[in-house]
Amino acid sequence: MRGVRKAFGPVQALGGVDLEVRPGEVHALIGENGAGKSTLMKVLSGAHRADDGSMSLDGANYSPSGPLDARAHGVAMIYQELTLAPHLSVLENIFLGREQRGRMGRMDRKAMRPAVEAALQRLEHPDIRPETLVSQLSTGARQLVEVARALVGEAKVLVMDEPTSSLSRKDTERLFAVVNRLREDGVSVIYISHFLEEVEEIADRFTVLRDGETVGSGVIGEVELDHIIEMMVGRSLDEVFPQVPHQQGEVVLRAHGLRGPIHLQDASFELHAGEIFGIAGLVGAGRTELLRVLQGLAPSQGGSFDFVGAAQRASAATGLLSEDRKEEGLALNLSLGENLTLGHAAPLLQGPWLSHARRRAVTREWISELAVRCAGPDQPIGDLSGGNQQKIAFARLLHAGVPVLLLDEPTRGVDVGSKVEIYRLMGKLAAQGKALLVVSSYLPELLGVCDRVAVMHRGVLGPARPVAECTEHGLLEEATRGSGEAATMSAQESHG
Amino acid sequence: MNDLTASRPAIWPMIRPIAGPLLGLLLVLALFWFLEPDAFLSARNLRTVSVQTVIVGLGAIGMTFVIASGGIDLSIGSVIALSSVVAAAVAKAGYDPMLCAMAGVATGALCGMVNGLVIARLGVIPFIATLGMMGVARGVAKWLASEQKIDAPAGWLENIMSKAEEFRILGLPQAVWLTVFLAIIFGLVLRHTVLGAHTLAIGSNEDTARLCGVRVGRTKVWIYVLCGIFGGLAGVMTFGRLTVGDPTTAIGEELDVIAAVVIGGASLAGGEGRIAGSILGALLMAFLANGCNLTGVPNYVQEILIGVIIVAAVAVDRYRHRAMEA
Repeated sequence: MRGVRKAFGPVQALGGVDLEVRPGEVHALIGENGAGKSTLMKVLSGAHRADDGSMSLDGANYSPSGPLDARAHGVAMIYQELTLAPHLSVLENIFLGREQRGRMGRMDRKAMRPAVEAALQRLEHPDIRPETLVSQLSTGARQLVEVARALVGEAKVLVMDEPTSSLSRKDTERLFAVVNRLREDGVSVIYISHFLEEVEEIADRFTVLRDGETVGSGVIGEVELDHIIEMMVGRSLDEVFPQVPHQQGEVVLRAHGLRGPIHLQDASFELHAGEIFGIAGLVGAGRTELLRVLQGLAPSQGGSFDFVGAAQRASAATGLLSEDRKEEGLALNLSLGENLTLGHAAPLLQGPWLSHARRRAVTREWISELAVRCAGPDQPIGDLSGGNQQKIAFARLLHAGVPVLLLDEPTRGVDVGSKVEIYRLMGKLAAQGKALLVVSSYLPELLGVCDRVAVMHRGVLGPARPVAECTEHGLLEEATRGSGEAATMSAQESHG
Repeated sequence: MNDLTASRPAIWPMIRPIAGPLLGLLLVLALFWFLEPDAFLSARNLRTVSVQTVIVGLGAIGMTFVIASGGIDLSIGSVIALSSVVAAAVAKAGYDPMLCAMAGVATGALCGMVNGLVIARLGVIPFIATLGMMGVARGVAKWLASEQKIDAPAGWLENIMSKAEEFRILGLPQAVWLTVFLAIIFGLVLRHTVLGAHTLAIGSNEDTARLCGVRVGRTKVWIYVLCGIFGGLAGVMTFGRLTVGDPTTAIGEELDVIAAVVIGGASLAGGEGRIAGSILGALLMAFLANGCNLTGVPNYVQEILIGVIIVAAVAVDRYRHRAMEA
């Protein structure tokens, strides 16, 4: 791919991207959210057409007219979100849209079955039966079905867009084994990720995208990780995590042996005013559930938690910033003002009536305070960029004036500029004496902004440690193995 | 969204959200005025249409709240019948018309509360919960009335629905003014109170509302109670007009009410809805029916037209949304 450009209206999503992938290699495409990775891959797989630039495949000019044409050329895509229909069987999903028809337009399952079995065999998972309903499969198995779907029909280039974002460590390893096998078969895999550890483990070469442009490429192992991160974010690491001095105050929240309805088994900790407390761990470890129990959105099934001091006196102690901004965090077709003041209308009331003028005034204050880029308080929030949406979601907690902020993946889907502003805001809030409980899957972020970090492993929250004593490697170890096992492991290592 | 406030007095922002139904209504008026210049826009005919709109219009006020919250109330036709039967039964027992009206409204509120509790506490989806109530309320109405009409003196309830000159205010029957008054009040409630804001928020994104501490279940119960109250009131008006409590009245009326709200610009997906639009939608359907009758267009053509208008109204609305997003 040479000089590929793509614009959506005035927004230049891709401004000249070069990408070269060799046969039988795993090529990592790295970049922050919004760097243009997914757009580039949609161009490659025919879902979008490039405005400019050229692509060639095996030496021949390649310009797919649509996803089906791309597939015919041997370019298959596995999307970030699983795109399986849960009510259909494995076989029906794999052949969805390409069903082989028998007489009278009947689906010819028998004819399709060998190809499905062959694909699953190739992935070394003949245990997945073609007739099983996808809804009965685990997330990891579903991911494999996605891969199988891409394999049926001879893929030369396979694009995997953040395939591990919802997988456990074990499922990830299984997937990596599959990727290695494909590489041996001569398939080119374009592997999109922002988990650098993963990239190091699986990829041969890499290309870094930033703001829709190629900023670097090279061979994995020859370039320092820190250097890749700096390429990704376009600035040095000190600039990304601005430090706002803050002082730890009295305890505001005490949890003891807290259990939740599904994942959360045992969480004990103390949270102080003026503290940023980070929780690391894998997806599904129970981190989100802990926040939801504290917020009252999920029932506690045991243990206790108490708000103390200022948090006890507040009418509402906690405010939750949801990890899923689109589905839960915001009502996208309501205005900025309506979203910001939802749940805390008291300051807007004149007798029984809501004052829209006051709502606008309040919203304008927060817009300027947080430097939100928007047309005004009445604009539907869905029109804003992810970073600006997140600022409004933040402003909602600040408007409600809660002393304890529960932040679930606070910078997910947010551009680097807004990330830095959000980190600075978190520091400022701590300096004002708020207590912040932060869940994040992005370890550099936890290490960059938190005062203390604890790791959640299979529903059990490990001990909190000052951030100075934590390393990315150590946290990852604890997240995948648990604190007890990790400790044993390192003890064995030191003995051996 | 916030165009009803004083800070922006321009007329266009106030009209824009209801421009569709308003334009539709004007088209219908122009068409039949052209076909029947004398009869159609006569004061007498306008009175007839306005009083015919009262029952669907009242129902549409309550239904707008339900639909804006992302729900639906299929039971409102049966609730109208049940309330009219209860009002008639109370009247027949010799009580004051005021008491009849209160009994009718309370009946509606009770049905609405059951709907709301079943939806909010048992987690039954609104379509099913109110489909159940549709059968239950209709059945109870027939049971109470022993499957007959209850003939009872409606007293002044008859007068407020009357087109006779001595009962009019400024040329229109009293019930029309009552509907206008309630439409204005509840239009303000939907746009300018916490209940209204929460209704729209639940319809727009229920999870967000819950996240923000909105008592989603409790708010839903109130929304269905409100719809029930308007159903009850519509039932009392039905009793006033017919002066009998008829358990088989208003069959299928729920669909007219829903159609009025949808033509008025509400989205069945929730988060959108305006009382003014719903009232315009109800007027549009009433004028269309009335115009067809005057010009001798057969009934089945009317039904076809209404069907086309409902789909067209929603299609135009979707088109506008896509245009705005692009």
